[in-house]
Amino acid sequence: MGCGSSSIKIRKSAKTIRAALIIQNWYRGYRARLKTRQRYALTIFQSIEYADEQGQLQLSNFFSFMLENYVHIQEKDPTLVNRLFGCAPLDDRGRQECVGIIEIPDSYIGPRLQFPLNSNSLNVMIEAFKQQQILHAYYVLEILFETKEAMKQMPNFNHIRTCPTKEITICGDLHGKLEDLLLIFTKNGLPSGYNPYVFNGDFVDRGKCSIEILMILFVSFLLYGDDLCLNRGNHEDFLMNMRYGFTKEVLSKYKIHGKKILQVLEEVFAWLPLGTIIDDEILIMHGGISESTDLNLLHHIERNKMKSVLMPPVPVDKDVGTETKKTKGYMPRGVKLSGSPSDYLTKHEWEQVIDILWSDPRGKRGCYPNTSRGGGCYFGPDVTTKFLNKNRLKLLIRSHECKPEGYEVCHDGKVITVFSASNYYEEGSNRGAYIKVGFSTNLRFFQYQVTKATCLGPLHQRVNTIESSAIRILKERIISRKTDLIHSFQLQDRTKSGKISMGQWAFSMENVLGLNLPWRSLSSHLVLTDQDGNIDYMTCFHDIHIQKPVKEAQSALIETLYRYRSDLQIIFNVIDSDHSGLISMEEFHSMWKLFCSHYNLHIGDSQVDELAERMDLNKDGSIDFNEFLKAFYVVHQLDNLHKSKTQLA
Amino acid sequence: MADEKEKETSELLVADMQRKIKEAFEVFDHELNNTVDVREIGTIIRSLGCCPNEGELHDLLAEVEEEEPTGYIRFEKFLPVMTNILLERRYRPIPEEVLLRAFEVLDPTKRGYLSKEELIKYMTEEGEPFSQEEMEEMLSAAIGPESNFIHYRDYITMMVIDEN
Repeated sequence: MGCGSSSIKIRKSAKTIRAALIIQNWYRGYRARLKTRQRYALTIFQSIEYADEQGQLQLSNFFSFMLENYVHIQEKDPTLVNRLFGCAPLDDRGRQECVGIIEIPDSYIGPRLQFPLNSNSLNVMIEAFKQQQILHAYYVLEILFETKEAMKQMPNFNHIRTCPTKEITICGDLHGKLEDLLLIFTKNGLPSGYNPYVFNGDFVDRGKCSIEILMILFVSFLLYGDDLCLNRGNHEDFLMNMRYGFTKEVLSKYKIHGKKILQVLEEVFAWLPLGTIIDDEILIMHGGISESTDLNLLHHIERNKMKSVLMPPVPVDKDVGTETKKTKGYMPRGVKLSGSPSDYLTKHEWEQVIDILWSDPRGKRGCYPNTSRGGGCYFGPDVTTKFLNKNRLKLLIRSHECKPEGYEVCHDGKVITVFSASNYYEEGSNRGAYIKVGFSTNLRFFQYQVTKATCLGPLHQRVNTIESSAIRILKERIISRKTDLIHSFQLQDRTKSGKISMGQWAFSMENVLGLNLPWRSLSSHLVLTDQDGNIDYMTCFHDIHIQKPVKEAQSALIETLYRYRSDLQIIFNVIDSDHSGLISMEEFHSMWKLFCSHYNLHIGDSQVDELAERMDLNKDGSIDFNEFLKAFYVVHQLDNLHKSKTQLA
Repeated sequence: MADEKEKETSELLVADMQRKIKEAFEVFDHELNNTVDVREIGTIIRSLGCCPNEGELHDLLAEVEEEEPTGYIRFEKFLPVMTNILLERRYRPIPEEVLLRAFEVLDPTKRGYLSKEELIKYMTEEGEPFSQEEMEEMLSAAIGPESNFIHYRDYITMMVIDEN
């Protein structure tokens, strides 16, 4: 030992060793507690996300129910029905009418593209997006139409091969996070014939640059076809987009042509392939499998018939009666469909697709319904083994779940999850990753995390950020169920003391909110506990309330409207087929009645009408529903800002 | 009878304690099959407020592992061991003053700070040495990117406030 020793003299003695031990011990304890808090925050985000997905599926049930009972729509607007049940695509004439009339003004400073596209187009676009420019609707539409034509030629599954000089890069969910995609391109190079990529779905929603990501991916696909594989994810679905932000992003960036863009996108999404197979050994699909997944069948279904995975399929015989009004999968009586039953997928085919887009792997053997999300299933290692053997495959790569390290291997190495949106829930919540597959199936994993600063902040700062963010959205959930929670607490509070035990409180919270969270550990953030360990349950609601748009409105009503904000917004958008932003009082009234009936709410009609009128909305008998819904938001008393608007989409 | 009531209370306490252990365990149970990766056990135990050192942790692992270690720890084996630890109040956390005095031992001339190199040397070469990741994390919290000194009194105070 001698060379390279520093000039620092360390006194080695029993005393120093003990001191070092103390500091190390303390630090490790502190660090562990930070990591745990981080993990709790992620659990909160994830539970709420999945609960929302369940809500989304419940909403699609409501659509069926609504169409059966909502007489006005059927008479006035048969196109609405077709829109929801997926028919009538735009043909070539539609394209001319759509795009041909758009002119790009001289004042447009965004990127200008030449057709046919070349690799320079891709560079020009990427540079422009880095400067936060918006691509003109004309180019967007041209690219979308081209993409649709090209995708129609693709089979349901992309097939791609590695070779000694080409590694294939596989990316997972991007969810509109452009910085992550750009980071991947910086580290790993742009797509090209020499640098093939597979993008495994969920390109859109939640992040702010979904349309830009789509443009980059679609242009790359048009340029490098066989070497740029795109798989459909569960978010490539217009109903999901209405709830999770993509629809809003398009309409706000493209105020004039946004609706046309969304319409063409619906079809492009439906034409996206369902998966990719590398070297006949590695299967890449967005969600997972179920015990009944039939790869053969999936190779042959007409995938473009599935506009939204969330809309139930039509029965083969469209004249089936509707005694079973609330059953999924039956068309409302008397609704005229354009086209014949063969224009739709069968129920079995539909289930096959929902399974591969929505399922999650778990350690428990067997296959059982995915109760968190409400769609697809949980599949165990035995299901994986059986499936891979049957189809002579070695590995399943999927995405769909956010992982703290960006990727996760499970089922004995047979299933890998790859997730490419770092900081998905919040700054510091998780890393992103991508996988490179080389010749002879060897795999390399790469991780990254986008950060605004030049270096990552200290751990405790990052943990504080995501923890407070998670607690905040949890509190918003709590306040939206205040009435039911109080009811549950009071049932357990025999002595009417205002206090219940920790166990009782945790039970109520879990039951009413339907979230499987570590309530005892979280209690210190949510309620006050006395020295006997009992919970003063009303303190749950102390520093947060829903802003009442009208003083006299009843709290329970406000709470309900707040809780169902997202659903109502989607429903209104769907009903509003002329996209005027307005619906009549009559429509609002009938829709509200149906909503209450289906969701089992006990709110008097008159209360809602009164509220709508009181809010001084357009006095001409129509309601600007976006304004109506914006009026319900949560105030966090402890905020520095006076008002804080919550964004649920 | 007072005895019975006491017994009931302590049973309730144990039950509550065990539910808390379960919660801490479940958060790391990714596969939802009542097992966690053995590498997370240290984090779980520490998250419940205990501070075993690495050597003690190693011994604990031996108690909860399977006879033929699988890389996973089952909840059924973990629960009784952890319950005892909490009931016996083992591995109590280090009081602030003890921590401060430890820093002072490493700073015998009482400057009030340690240099970055000194801290790194002590933490990575003495006692139960830090991994590179642990060292980097501690440094990022203790000093700014430009500075080279850790003013340990302030550091400790900041950490303690953060924990509470």
